[in-house]
Amino acid sequence: MTATVEINNVTKRFGEVDAVRDVSFALPEGETIALIGHNGAGKTTLLKLMLGLIRPSSGSIRVLGEDPAAGEFAARRRLGYLPENVSFNSALTGRETLAFYARLKREGNGAPAPLLERVGLSHAADRRVGTYSKGMRQRLGLAQALLGAPRILLLDEPTTGLDPALRQSFYEIIEELREQGATVLLSSHALTELEERAGRVVIMNQGAKVADGNLDELRRIARLPTRIRLKVAASGIADVESRLVPLGDWRRVNGHMLEIVAASDQKIELLRQATAEGGHIEDVDVAPPTLDELYAHFLRSQEVPR
Amino acid sequence: MRNILIVAGKEIQEGLRNRWVLATTLLLAALALTLTFLGSAPTGNVGVRALDVVIVSLSSLTIFLVPLIALLISHDAIVGEMERGTMVLLLSYPVARWQVLLGKFAGHLAILAFATLVGYGAAAGALAATGTAIDPQSWTAFASMVGSSILLGAAFVAVGYCVSALVRDRGTAAGIAIGIWLMFVLIYDMALLGLLVVDQGRTVSGAVLSALLVLNPTDAYRLFNLTGSGNVSAFSGMAGIAQASHLTPLVLLAALAAWALVPLTFAAVAFSRREL
Repeated sequence: MTATVEINNVTKRFGEVDAVRDVSFALPEGETIALIGHNGAGKTTLLKLMLGLIRPSSGSIRVLGEDPAAGEFAARRRLGYLPENVSFNSALTGRETLAFYARLKREGNGAPAPLLERVGLSHAADRRVGTYSKGMRQRLGLAQALLGAPRILLLDEPTTGLDPALRQSFYEIIEELREQGATVLLSSHALTELEERAGRVVIMNQGAKVADGNLDELRRIARLPTRIRLKVAASGIADVESRLVPLGDWRRVNGHMLEIVAASDQKIELLRQATAEGGHIEDVDVAPPTLDELYAHFLRSQEVPR
Repeated sequence: MRNILIVAGKEIQEGLRNRWVLATTLLLAALALTLTFLGSAPTGNVGVRALDVVIVSLSSLTIFLVPLIALLISHDAIVGEMERGTMVLLLSYPVARWQVLLGKFAGHLAILAFATLVGYGAAAGALAATGTAIDPQSWTAFASMVGSSILLGAAFVAVGYCVSALVRDRGTAAGIAIGIWLMFVLIYDMALLGLLVVDQGRTVSGAVLSALLVLNPTDAYRLFNLTGSGNVSAFSGMAGIAQASHLTPLVLLAALAAWALVPLTFAAVAFSRREL
C-alpha cells in the first residue's frame, strides 16, 4: 500500500500560537481515517496544510507525491475537499455551481448530473443555492468533493446538518470510494458514528498528535476496562455476586442486573467465572470501550505531564 | 488562461443573476439619457455639436458614478468570499490565486464595460435617432470617452481589489472603499485647488501640477476627455488648460492604464501572501 499523504514533523505557527506541533503521519490508499479532536485541536489547520492553502512553519508535506503549496495542480485534480460549514454563492443554482467546479477540475459537462443524482439533489438542481437547507448545501458540498474521481477525500465535519438517512447514504458513498482505493480522511466530533466506519483513528489535542492506530490497537494501548452486564435470575443474584467480588469492580444495576468493569486482560477469565456451572445467568452484554471513552482517555493521559 | 476565463464566466453569471448588470446598465442609461435631453437646455440648441455637449456632461457623470460602481463590485471580491467561506473551497481546486484574481477582474470589467457601452450608447443612439446630425469627429471623441470610462472603471476595480486583499473584514473594506471614492472624486480636487490658491504659483510649477493631476485617475480621465478634441474642450471651458498642459492624451491614457495595472499587481501579491 502506498501512502497518498505524507506528513513529516510538521509545525504550523500563527503568531504566538502553535496550531500544529510536530505532527507526523502517513495516510495509505484505500483506508478511512478519522481525525478527531476538540475545536482548536488543529484538525482544520492540518487539512489546510494538506490542501496547500497554508504553508508549514517547519516540516514537509507530500500529497500524491507533490508539495501541495508549490503551485503544482496535478495532485489537486485528484483531491476532493469538503470544508467545515461549506458555503456557495447563493445566486447560482446547484447545477450551475457544480458545473463551475467541474470546469475547474477539467471534468466534462456530463459530470454534474450523475453526482447530483447520487447525493439526492436532482429535484433541486435548478433551484438557487440560496433556497437550500443546511443539509442540501452539505450534499452539494459532498457532490463537489466527489468531482473527478478523487484519490484523496478530505472531509471536515462532513455529517453536520445531515439527517440519519442521509448520513447512511453519505457513508455508503464514502465506503464505495474507499473500496476503489481512495484515501478518506474524516474530521469529526461525531465519534460514535465514526466508530464503525474508520479503520484508523488519529487523535489530536492542542496541535499535537496524541494517538494514532486502529480502534483495537488504541484499546490495547489505553487498557480501558470493558463493561460487562450480566442479567441474572433473581434467585441467583447473591450467588453470582459472591463469586465475582474478587474479580473486579462491579455494581448492581437493579434486582437482576449486574455491571462489571473488567480490565482487558481479565475479561475472559471473568466471563468464564461468571457463566461457569450454569443456571443463574440469563444474558450477557459486553461493551468494549467506545471511541468516546478512548478519546477522553487519551486527552486526559496527554494532559497529565503538562 | 482557461482558469481565468472560467472564473470570469462565473463572475458574469453571478452578476447577471443578482441583477448587478441590469442595475448598473439601467442606472447609467437613465442618467445618460436624462443628461442628453435635459442637459442641453442651458446651452440651447447648438445643432451639429450636440454630441460634444453630451460628451462633456457624460464624462462628468462618469467621474462620479463609474468609480463608485467599480468600488462597489470590487471591494468585496476577496474579503467577502473569504468571510462567506467560498474562497477556501475555490482555492482547494487546481487554480492559482492570481488566476482567481485576474478572472474576477476580467468578469467585473466585462460587467462594467457592458453597462457603460449600453448605457452611454443608448444616449448617443437616442440622439442620433432624433435626427441630430453628428459629424465623425464627434463620434471619435464619443468612442474614446466610452473607452476611457471603462479604463477608469478598471482602475477603480483594481484599487478595490487591493483593499479587498489587504483588510480583515468586509465592513472595513466597504469603509475604505467609500473613503477612497471621496478622496479621489471630491477631496483631491478641492485640496489641489486650495493648494494652488494658497501657493499663488510660487512653488507649484506647471510640471508639478501635471504630476499631481496624473496622480489622481479621475483627473487624468477628466483631462483626457475634456481636452481631447478641440470642440469638446471649447464646450467644457478647458481649451486654455488643454493648450498649456504638458499632458498629451497618450500620457493621460498611460496614467489611467498604470492606475489599473499597478494596483492589480499589488492586489495579486497581497492575495498570494495572505493566509487563509
